[in-house]
Amino acid sequence: MIPLQWYLYLALALFAVGLFGFVSRRNVIIVLLCVELMLNAVNIALTALGTALEDVTGHIVVFFVIAVAAAEAAIGLSLVVLIYKRFREVHLDEVKMLKG
Amino acid sequence: MPFSLLNFKALAPEIFLVLVASFMVLFDRAIRAKDFFFWTALLGTLVAWWLCRTSLGISFGESYTADHYGFFLKTIFLLSLFLSILISPVYARRRGFHFGEYYGLLYFAVCGMMLMASGTDLLLIYIGLELMSLSIYVLVAVDWKDPRGLEGGLKYFLLGSLASAFLILGLAIIYGRTGTLFLAKIHQHLSVDPAVLAGIAFFLVALGFKVAMVPFHMWAPDAYEGAPTPVTAFMSVAAKAAGFAALGRIFLLAFASAHPMWIKLLVPFAVLTMFVGNILAVVQTNIKRMLAYSSVAHAGYILLGIAAGTREGLSAVLLYLLIYAFMNIGAFGIVTLLQREGGVGESIYDYQGLARLYPFPALLMLLFMFSLTGIPPTAGFMGKFYLFRSVVHAGHPWLAVLAVLASVIAAYPYLRIVMFMYMREPERELRPAFSLSLWAALGISALGVLIIGLYPGSLLHAVMGSVF
Repeated sequence: MIPLQWYLYLALALFAVGLFGFVSRRNVIIVLLCVELMLNAVNIALTALGTALEDVTGHIVVFFVIAVAAAEAAIGLSLVVLIYKRFREVHLDEVKMLKG
Repeated sequence: MPFSLLNFKALAPEIFLVLVASFMVLFDRAIRAKDFFFWTALLGTLVAWWLCRTSLGISFGESYTADHYGFFLKTIFLLSLFLSILISPVYARRRGFHFGEYYGLLYFAVCGMMLMASGTDLLLIYIGLELMSLSIYVLVAVDWKDPRGLEGGLKYFLLGSLASAFLILGLAIIYGRTGTLFLAKIHQHLSVDPAVLAGIAFFLVALGFKVAMVPFHMWAPDAYEGAPTPVTAFMSVAAKAAGFAALGRIFLLAFASAHPMWIKLLVPFAVLTMFVGNILAVVQTNIKRMLAYSSVAHAGYILLGIAAGTREGLSAVLLYLLIYAFMNIGAFGIVTLLQREGGVGESIYDYQGLARLYPFPALLMLLFMFSLTGIPPTAGFMGKFYLFRSVVHAGHPWLAVLAVLASVIAAYPYLRIVMFMYMREPERELRPAFSLSLWAALGISALGVLIIGLYPGSLLHAVMGSVF
């Protein structure tokens, strides 16, 4: 039996990796992947907590998070497609007309 | 209030909005006369408000509470939806997005906001927040031929999805410590320890993104400038109100016992938000960016009402959000009126001599600018007065002093517009796009600003009864 803490440490580590990638990478697709990584890190934590507390709520939340993440990916990728058509580029450094 | 596990009547306004929105999205191709969607959306808003009024209740085992607090906020959402729809058609027709999906997305966003305002379950608040945010990401980029809209939409989307990751992390931590997601039960089980404080901090960051709290406001100026102006008006008012609705419920209901802890976290953010927003508004030359920074600053004032942590503070927040809806949508209505292709009417220098060319729009803009500054007898003064008074009553007089200092800085960007309009000669030819619906929106906003400013009594009474 693996103790609960290990799952939580794994989740926090994955979340930190995702956050680091989010702030350091400039390619929009990679940034989107990092967001997915963060959401799935929390999913691990929620599943582990639900099992430890013997409560089904944690597991239910995971399904909602997965559904929302899918919707988010759909909108994010369609934005990326439009940006690519317009700028011929998916790097955040190249997409900057607004300033101030 | 009637209670049952599946009380669909309490959810009637949301169900109605989703049905109408789905209809507008699905039948867009079949209906050529796009004005039909405009009228449907306008009438649907009134019907939804009537449904909100008649269907109070608790549903889904305390997950959803349609109480007076929720009703007041839903009134604000529907009011800003109504006014945003009124200022949309001419602008949307010119830019080529006057179709059913546009109004449908506005409806979906409002449905998400309603779930946030009435949700008493962290999961439901999360779902409502996502429904609102995802709709608004698309709305910002709805004019997809405009690269600025795309860029604003992308920035808002990336930072918004980061915020929702923080929210779900905070939710997981609170769930782990209390074993429940119902706000009332979290309140019972909450024991303050470092993990819980981290969870509260994550909630503050996530909702701070949505209300544009400094230093999580970076998306706001870009998204506000890039978005079509009616969408900017809508999101600056309604999305902010929804963020504060969730903030009020979560922090004053679920985390009420940790108030001495989170107030230390919230106050620095609130003070920073007021000053950074107002100081950066001073240097802006684009009117939409100026109003974006001003909306950041207004979020700072409203955060003070939450920080007060009292019923009086929360009622002042509700009052301020309503007043803010009238004055900000009014100001954006004037921007919509004057805006033309190629950035004409977007620079603040384009407002020079407006009073000579178009005295009546200039007078309305003067009224909205005075209200945003907080000059009596406009509603903005009443809103600030009750907000700052509640902060003093909660025992933080120095916070009220800082807020007044910040409002003094804010006078410069607003009154500069007034000075330009009345004391300079016209430089550029503007061709305002007058239309009946835009006049209706401006008229309602101006009346709201004046009436609340002159007779705040009965509204104040209603607001005091709307706090849980």
